[in-house]
Amino acid sequence: MDDKYIITVKDLTKKFGSFIAVDKISFEVPAGEIFGFLGANGAGKTTAMRMLCGLSIPSSGTATVAGFDVYKQTEQIKKNIGYMSQKFSLYEDLTVKENIDFYGGVYGLSKEKRKEKTEFLIDLLKIEDAKNKLIKSLPLGWKQKLAFSIAIIHEPKIVFLDEPTGGVDPITRRQFWDMIYEAADRNVTVFVTTHYMDEAEYCSRISMMVDGRIAALDTPGNLKKQFGVETMHEVFVKLARPQSNE
Amino acid sequence: MRTILVILKKEFLQIFRNRAMIPLIFFMPIFQLLILSNAATYEIKNIKFNVVDLDQSHFSRELISKFTASNYFTLNEVSFSVENSEESFKKYEARLIIYIPKDFEKDFRTNGKSEVQFLINAEDGSAAGIINNYATNIVRQYNSEIITKSSIVPEKTALINVEFMNWYNPELDYKTYMVPGILVALVTMIGSFLSGMNIVKEKEIGTIEQLNVTPIKKYQFIIGKLMPFWFIGIGELIFGLTLGFFVFNVPLLGSPFLILLLASVYMFVVLGIGLLISTVTHTQQQAMFIAWFFMVLFMLMGGIFTPVESMPDWAQTIAYFNPVAQFNRAMRMIMLKGSQLKDVLPALYFFVIFSVVIMTLAVWRYRKSE
Amino acid sequence: MNRFLNFVWKEFLHIVRDYRTLLILFGMPIAQVLLFGFAITNEIKDAKIAILDFAKDNNTQEISNKLLSSGYFLLYENLQSQNDIEPAFRKGIIKEVIIFEPDFGKNIERTGTANVQIVADASDPNFANMLIGYTSSIIMDYQAELSKGKTLPPMINPEIKMRFNPNLKSVFMFVPGLMSVILLLVSALMTSISITKEKELGTMEILLVSPLNPFQIIVGKVIPYLLLALVNSAAVLILSKYVFEVPTVGSLPLLIAECTLFLVTALSLGILISTVSNNQQTAMMISLGALMLPTIILSGYIFPVENMPLPLQLLSNTIPAKWFIRIVKGIMLKGVTFSYIWQETLILAGMTVFFITVSIKKFKIRLE
Repeated sequence: MDDKYIITVKDLTKKFGSFIAVDKISFEVPAGEIFGFLGANGAGKTTAMRMLCGLSIPSSGTATVAGFDVYKQTEQIKKNIGYMSQKFSLYEDLTVKENIDFYGGVYGLSKEKRKEKTEFLIDLLKIEDAKNKLIKSLPLGWKQKLAFSIAIIHEPKIVFLDEPTGGVDPITRRQFWDMIYEAADRNVTVFVTTHYMDEAEYCSRISMMVDGRIAALDTPGNLKKQFGVETMHEVFVKLARPQSNE
Repeated sequence: MRTILVILKKEFLQIFRNRAMIPLIFFMPIFQLLILSNAATYEIKNIKFNVVDLDQSHFSRELISKFTASNYFTLNEVSFSVENSEESFKKYEARLIIYIPKDFEKDFRTNGKSEVQFLINAEDGSAAGIINNYATNIVRQYNSEIITKSSIVPEKTALINVEFMNWYNPELDYKTYMVPGILVALVTMIGSFLSGMNIVKEKEIGTIEQLNVTPIKKYQFIIGKLMPFWFIGIGELIFGLTLGFFVFNVPLLGSPFLILLLASVYMFVVLGIGLLISTVTHTQQQAMFIAWFFMVLFMLMGGIFTPVESMPDWAQTIAYFNPVAQFNRAMRMIMLKGSQLKDVLPALYFFVIFSVVIMTLAVWRYRKSE
Repeated sequence: MNRFLNFVWKEFLHIVRDYRTLLILFGMPIAQVLLFGFAITNEIKDAKIAILDFAKDNNTQEISNKLLSSGYFLLYENLQSQNDIEPAFRKGIIKEVIIFEPDFGKNIERTGTANVQIVADASDPNFANMLIGYTSSIIMDYQAELSKGKTLPPMINPEIKMRFNPNLKSVFMFVPGLMSVILLLVSALMTSISITKEKELGTMEILLVSPLNPFQIIVGKVIPYLLLALVNSAAVLILSKYVFEVPTVGSLPLLIAECTLFLVTALSLGILISTVSNNQQTAMMISLGALMLPTIILSGYIFPVENMPLPLQLLSNTIPAKWFIRIVKGIMLKGVTFSYIWQETLILAGMTVFFITVSIKKFKIRLE
């Protein structure tokens, strides 16, 4: 195995009964990359990501994350990754501080470290006034940014983001991506699924999923060149509806 | 250890944050203990009765006066037809009708024998049995009074004196019996309902996913989820016992520490059942329904309200494997009879085995990945 | 109207799809009625006793045999001395000890009087009472046998007639009670949780902006449960008739109508609970934690209401199950007509109106 790649996936497949959600996908992700996983709803993005996080056991194929096997070493994987799901992951009935403290503790940070992190994050997100407010009283954009900060609180090697910007306004989305860049600068590998095609432009490389398979995989620039179009949106339309072009 | 503490803290914060739940967890059980202990009694007093006296003689009036003079009976109405009088049964106005036929006194004087009829509303079989006892006793006493007064010297017969003693509760005070039972019921309900909803709630909201991608160990998660309710359960038990002791004067003959020992293991059984339910269900509604089913089953079959000894054999065998029945029995034994460790040892062993098995099942059934 | 039926259908599908809950919803009440119908009783059978016989003569042997062949008692052990009694009770198995004095038989012959002592474990007072009653009446019978042939003094003989339940079966008392407890708790629990769930998941908002009005939404959510609960009541009635031989003396249509009324009361109580709860957990704790024991204890299901202290008797009037139990027992066991139970019916109807009015008030306040 090549050490350069922090995620390697070979022929990974997930079946639910007779339905094949993910069909023999293969790819590698080098450390420090922002790897985008694109596709329509139901294309298999989330299922693929859940297998890599150790939340779902693959039906066949192999994959390693941070050097650990997704079948046998799911708990080691979990120590090395952060995760933020499209379902909301913070406790609505706890305050900002309590949420940070809880997740920090779950990842085994010491009390001092947790305190330090809490202050750091509150400062970073400029939410000094809201630190003792319940999560449910915060606007969605703040919640998403906080959720991301908490997902990387234990400084993981990789962070998985499952449609992290669903439902937030463009400005917050921009700020959110700034945070992703900052993380990538610290050599955190970012694995992100989205169906916003403009966000695809921000990624280092893109994998396009159609019906459980990877239809294309390259940098956004190369993809646009390959399909002879100006935007990622057009790439997506061409891939997702090939029959309409023929 | 640190991880467990972190989860503990979070669970406590969430419990105390939900304003609506605090009274339900803390005051409702105590309130129920206070109220319901007074209500749960089979003791029968002031039985309302009707009289249908067709004889209207000195004898018949004297017999009726024996009933009105007793503490157990209160006269409801007098009429001259049994059919009319039975209307009272239908309207829940009386439980007993005394029917005295014509020639009641005459028969007695001429034949040395006369009949009186008691009609008892026996919808409630056990109450009817008791009413029957009281009524026949009054007649028996009246009989012997007549004999003494009439200076008839009865032939010498064998006489067996029966003396009875009610140990452990000479006043036959129902509260003494019910307080431990209701306490067991309350602690069991609180523990199982709360723990039963707990994990499945995180499933429904979606936060469980976030926890599943963390390196939390299954056992840490389960212990962290469970301990808060353990503390709440034990706390309520202690409070309830204190209340029973000082307010209801329920005796505590055995050692309070023995009760605590048993209770601390028992709580794991209850919480384990709740957690297991929580791990196999998908929604809180399902979890609650299953928890409710088992709790009603365990409680009504557990001898809290009706004695296990009265149940058919198969039900008694089930009761042997019913933790609520075991704990209920042990509590009453320790509190009311001063039973010691050696007497309740089987129950203790049972709790230890049961809790280990159910916890193992819960940890095993709880999947971090599918 | 079409839209409304559509909505009811959707709710119905929700319930039917969740086959686990459905299974519990149907299987559970039936299992409970079966189990409790057989198991919950106050009757005495095979109570374990110990005998401490200092005399060991013919008379004591005859009395012991009579006791043990009665079916009420089972000999657990023979004790040797007074000191054995206390430890025997502490083990928690035996419920009564019978002590015959030394020279019991000789005393009967010589003086005509002998003594027997009954010690009962009165930690359960009711059970102790019944044990003592049964034991002493068996001994009295024996005494009468001994005196046979001798002329008896004049006396009054009571004749006992047990009305409505000649064999004093506990099941006559418990089946109607069980029915109301199960129906009340199931209905209140199901409605309160399913409505709070929509609140918690935020789907209530979506329903509220739909063209359906709030009243239709609530009714629509409740109707499927009403139908399910009716099927349940029918099952319980069939069971009690064919399995427990509890007759339905009165009118069946009247009974069904009263069941429907009670279900509506229970469902409206569920709605009320859901308007005061902010999440499922709270709803559940109110409908189970707060309702279960009071319904079991204060309704007259197990403990007769008229024996309770006056304040509690007054309190018991607020328990819907109390009224329903009176209605059911009246119709099933005594065959009463509507004229006997109109008051109870009116009270249940009044409670229903009250629950619904308060719910609507609360609901409106929240919308503003």
